[in-house]
Amino acid sequence: MDQPQASPSDAVHPPAIHWPGIQDYGIIGDCRSAALVSRDGSIDWLCWPRFDKPSIFAALLDRERGGFWRISTVAPATIERQYVPDSNVLETRFITHLGSAILTDVMPGVAHASHQDTFMPDHEIIRRVICVSGELEIAVQFSPREDYGKREVEIREFGKLGLKIVVRNGAYWLRSSIPLVISNGSAQARVVLRSGETLRFSFSYSEEAPAVLRPLDSSLDDRIDQSVSNWQRWGRYAVYDGAYRNEVIRSALTLKLLSYAPSGAIIAAATTSLPERLGGDLNWDYRFCWLRDASLTMRALLELGYWDEAEDFLDWMLQATRLTQPELRILYSVYGEKAQPERELEYLSGYRGSRPVRIGNAARDQLQLDVYGEVVDAAAQFAFHGGDLDREMQKVLMGFGNYVIKNWNQPDEGIWEPRSGRQNHTHSRLLCWTALDRLITLCDRGMLRGAPIERYKEHCNSIRRQIEERAWNQQLQTYVSVLDGDQLDSSLLLLSWYGFEKAGSARMRGTYEAIRGQLGTPDGLLFRYQKANPEGTFAICSFWEAEYLALGGGSLDDAQQLFQQLMKYRNDLGLYGEEIDASTGSALGNFPQAFTHVGLIGAALSISQREKGEQQLAHRAPAATAQAPSEAGS
Amino acid sequence: MNWASWLLSGFLATLALSTLLATSQGLGLTRMNLPYLIGTFFTPQRERAKVYGFAIHLVNGLVFSILYVLVFEARHMANWWFGALLGLAHALMVLTVGMSLMPGIHPRMANEQHGPRSDRQLEPPGFMALNYGFRTPISVFLAHAVFGAILGSLYQLSSLA
Repeated sequence: MDQPQASPSDAVHPPAIHWPGIQDYGIIGDCRSAALVSRDGSIDWLCWPRFDKPSIFAALLDRERGGFWRISTVAPATIERQYVPDSNVLETRFITHLGSAILTDVMPGVAHASHQDTFMPDHEIIRRVICVSGELEIAVQFSPREDYGKREVEIREFGKLGLKIVVRNGAYWLRSSIPLVISNGSAQARVVLRSGETLRFSFSYSEEAPAVLRPLDSSLDDRIDQSVSNWQRWGRYAVYDGAYRNEVIRSALTLKLLSYAPSGAIIAAATTSLPERLGGDLNWDYRFCWLRDASLTMRALLELGYWDEAEDFLDWMLQATRLTQPELRILYSVYGEKAQPERELEYLSGYRGSRPVRIGNAARDQLQLDVYGEVVDAAAQFAFHGGDLDREMQKVLMGFGNYVIKNWNQPDEGIWEPRSGRQNHTHSRLLCWTALDRLITLCDRGMLRGAPIERYKEHCNSIRRQIEERAWNQQLQTYVSVLDGDQLDSSLLLLSWYGFEKAGSARMRGTYEAIRGQLGTPDGLLFRYQKANPEGTFAICSFWEAEYLALGGGSLDDAQQLFQQLMKYRNDLGLYGEEIDASTGSALGNFPQAFTHVGLIGAALSISQREKGEQQLAHRAPAATAQAPSEAGS
Repeated sequence: MNWASWLLSGFLATLALSTLLATSQGLGLTRMNLPYLIGTFFTPQRERAKVYGFAIHLVNGLVFSILYVLVFEARHMANWWFGALLGLAHALMVLTVGMSLMPGIHPRMANEQHGPRSDRQLEPPGFMALNYGFRTPISVFLAHAVFGAILGSLYQLSSLA
């Protein structure tokens, strides 16, 4: 095959004058780190060697100084994207009036690499461009910047080995099948590709020498094929045959992409400081693991049949929290360390001027009592699905139970982590109740030995009474966000998910109607709470609503219609952010968001189970709702 | 020096050398992982290569310690500073001759002229192993100086005994 001839390009420009929408990004990853790729083929975010390390590309947060790696057509092109079906291998098709080409982006997995008979770079992105028809001119612009754009880098050429960039803790290598011209800390080329011609690139990072440098021959194509095959094998393992298969598989694949394979942790998102309000300061670092997500995530993994991932996730939770047990922090690093302290990167412009850009997260010092219920419920689900809770795990769970007994009546920051002080959140009480309820059930089933079950029951009943009496607003006929309050919160929909209230009870129906009326939009979206300066609608809350309807809060048709309505807000690759702009439908917040995809899977599972007449949320003891207020005639 | 004390001296000195190189890597002075570099002569499997490499390096250390002893005997001189001087000379040889020969003798190492191939994918060390970090020579000189100093000291002690 003829090799295309490259020519130097003009000076390197930022990826585009305009900012891509947040939903214009796709994600690739290797279960240790991830990169965000824009619609026009620019990698605008990459942190190696793991999610929460400093970036080498951060144009996502500053177009001028963040750094990027763009492979795109010189002429304007129509762009279509897709993941290779059931995989996390991204394909971007550029179509111009003269021809078309496909850019394939993949981060090959490294699982078991150390036991293979072939060398594997520690961390690698493979990019390949194939001209599939006609001819078109491709521009390559490679402009890395160290440490969130703080420093320019020196790119050095090492003959046929490639280009090397040495940073403080390691070295990056870029190998290219066409020569690149280096200038001012960037490298670039333009090349005319004709039908059948291929460009290949391998960008790798290693903190250990000698690094592995991949040849740019057909073995690179084999590696892409192998990655596709590995992802497809994993994705197609999912046990789901409902109506939303593609959406569920995409969500599962995204969840897997956001997992950290060496420890089993799952991070909330691979990005920091994508704004919840454009131009605002609601910009947070989500590259950590929130225990808040534990229960819903465990349910998604178990019911989709991903037993290994569920077991790894539970192991991580119980190991990561070991240093602070029985107290729990609300978020941890992928290795269970305390998350980095929060600091602002004042030199970055922020996404569309949304400043400050933050790294680290100050929520690490907050108190959230709900996490005890989420962790205990996750462990209980694991046990109820047949998993073994060894003696050590049982002790840990009892420690959590004892902590809840002592502290459930305290105010806390609550699930949404406001920085305005502590309150008596209904959701936190609900999860304290859940913790004790699940421990009681575990005792009843002989899975927890030596627990003070009578004390659990006593406090469990006390929490229930408090919620029924003080979280219920008789005047408004709805549960409310904080005890004795009058504000609503979409997390109240979870009262039925955790089994405190039957979804069809009068109280839950009243709560649902109030939430829809006050927090809902005509397009089926939900804000998470009432706020003077509203942010975007909160995507998972809408999936909670769909699931609430599927659990009996509405008809099956209601649930299906809402679910389908929510499908309109995914991007062309099936990805969701944390929030959705109510007026434009655009994604807001860090992207893509594990919590939202967990919500999607949960809603799809409950809808499917209702369609088939199967038991829903089998891990909740029916007894938990036996004395719900609706039955008591309240 | 008897065989037992030579074995012990060589073993201790090599352990110290390996520890110093590993510490240098951990502290970011160099990216070079010497056991991995040596082990990949025999296997591409990363973890196994490190184990092989460590074992081979240990044997290498013992073999080289014989040469040190021969020099001590020939010069009728053995003390820590003379050992350290020998170590520095040894390091210079490793960094210049050894590292420049590496792409030619290592069966899995690429070179700048031809680039990586399917059977040769490892980054070459370059002159003075500078490709593995510009402070790599410092850590190699330091580690070998300590290696020689330990051998010289122990040889001196065993001669006095």
